[in-house]
Amino acid sequence: MGNGHSHLLFRHGDSLVHRLPAHAKVLALLGFVLIVVATPRERVGAFAGYAVLLAAVAAVARIPAGFIVRRMVVEIPFVAFAVLMPVVSGGVRVDVLGVSLSQDGLLSGWNLLAKGTLGVVASILLAATTDARALLMGLQRLRLPARLVEIAAFMVRYVEVVAAEMHRMRVARESRAFHARHLGHLRVVAQGAGALFVRTYERGERVHLAMLSRGYAGAMPVIDARPTRLAPPVLAAALPVAALAVAWAGAIWL
Amino acid sequence: MHVPDGLLDVPTSLATAAVAATAVGVALRKARDELDERTAPLAGLTAAFVFAVQMLNFPVGVGTSGHLMGGALAAALVGPWTAVLCVSVVLMVQALLFADGGLTALGTNVTLIAAVTATVGWFVIKAVLAVLPRRPASVVPACAVGALVSVPAAALVFVMLFAIGGNANLSLGTLTATMLGWHVLIGIGEAVITALTVSAVVAVRPDLVYAAHGLRPALKLRDADGILVDVPAGRETVATRDSRGLVVGGGIAALVLAGVVSFYASASPDGLEYVAGENGFLVTARDHVVGDFALAGYGEVGGIPVGVAGVLGVVLTVGIGWLVFRAVSRRSQRSDTRAQSR
Repeated sequence: MGNGHSHLLFRHGDSLVHRLPAHAKVLALLGFVLIVVATPRERVGAFAGYAVLLAAVAAVARIPAGFIVRRMVVEIPFVAFAVLMPVVSGGVRVDVLGVSLSQDGLLSGWNLLAKGTLGVVASILLAATTDARALLMGLQRLRLPARLVEIAAFMVRYVEVVAAEMHRMRVARESRAFHARHLGHLRVVAQGAGALFVRTYERGERVHLAMLSRGYAGAMPVIDARPTRLAPPVLAAALPVAALAVAWAGAIWL
Repeated sequence: MHVPDGLLDVPTSLATAAVAATAVGVALRKARDELDERTAPLAGLTAAFVFAVQMLNFPVGVGTSGHLMGGALAAALVGPWTAVLCVSVVLMVQALLFADGGLTALGTNVTLIAAVTATVGWFVIKAVLAVLPRRPASVVPACAVGALVSVPAAALVFVMLFAIGGNANLSLGTLTATMLGWHVLIGIGEAVITALTVSAVVAVRPDLVYAAHGLRPALKLRDADGILVDVPAGRETVATRDSRGLVVGGGIAALVLAGVVSFYASASPDGLEYVAGENGFLVTARDHVVGDFALAGYGEVGGIPVGVAGVLGVVLTVGIGWLVFRAVSRRSQRSDTRAQSR
């Protein structure tokens, strides 16, 4: 997971995709990914079509390719799984460059690689064009339980604070010439985690008291429910509809 | 460990999404008992903690590093339901804001990483605590075992899902063996970190460890002569829920069902009797030893109508149950006082 999580993927901008309401974007992403996952793995052309669609969205949102590629590191674990699949799968074997591989495993590996990559890129596009606050309000509009959204809001609001607290602890450890080099040092790191929990929990209690003293009665006040200048949500349907068209074209082609 | 899009097919993903939604719904309701009205800020901060701890890498050797999953740790620290909520929120935010874990696989990830690890971890922790001496330090080995079991349990559930809806032709035996092997190793790392973290918290704030609630020794008072004495009985306020309404309502419902509704019951044999009859092994079943008793067969054997038989049955069951309950509770009270006097 590394340092990728310590900052959000959001990339500030003012494109059509940025201006779409968050709930429409989440639904569009869900529809698109569902169509991709439901596509039979043999229809290679359809997957190419999906990739072109995502490239079009990235172009409209003015997100450079390098930004997306750098953030695709999260898919490394399952790329490894996909590469292993042809080696360990059963079924008919074929020789590729002198290595005996399973035909079925090759297809499975391709399937996982294609669908997983399309899903990751689509999710990156959502994260890059939607800031955390807009996303939380979008989830609220999608009728997620209010308490769940509130918990997520607190998490998003305080994750930087908690991460900074952890970073300070690491600076304190390292300034005393400590470096975790082997498993024996796990104890020190875990004690840090324990101290972090106590500090985080106590911070939560303080935050709650501060909220109560400012009149909190179970729900956060919404100051601007409707941000200005939003694009019509219908436009977000363009991605899943186009994906459906590609899937349909792929089905006729073969 | 996050499942990406496309690893499981659409029906399986939808089914796990339904399971995950149910788990989160129940957890939302139950978490209120664990955190009362402070749920939102404390669960949110705990979710931020789980998120941060997952970033905490530790060297595993040969140049690689591992990180914590945190389901069992969260269950031990804040209780199982709040843990399910926190880890689910972490997964949701990771899928939507960090592109980590596919959106169609979100239900699968919540089921595996939040629901299975937290509940399995919690039940194992409770089971181990039941056999260990009752003191806060017992939480540490219990959490180690809980974390150790929770990770392979999640891996097993994943193998099951993969067998149902996996898009691959892998031999199930090999997959099970590989997944279990790896995840027992991961579980050992998880167990060590969870135990050390919990022991660090227990040392400074034992009241913050949910699994350690009720494990602290009873309050002792020092009297005027400086001698330690137990708190006199009746001083401790024990919250007892008034169960009279439940008992009266349930009793009336049982009597109505037995006395009135049973008149409308089917006279046909029940499912097992039917199958037994079809396959011809009903004749081998001997008549019950009380077959000649007036209430046998819930029918009009001895001239007693079925409704009266039902009411009598309910009264008898309640009476016997009450006697057994009294006997058991008296015995446990006696053994408690014996344990205290020792």
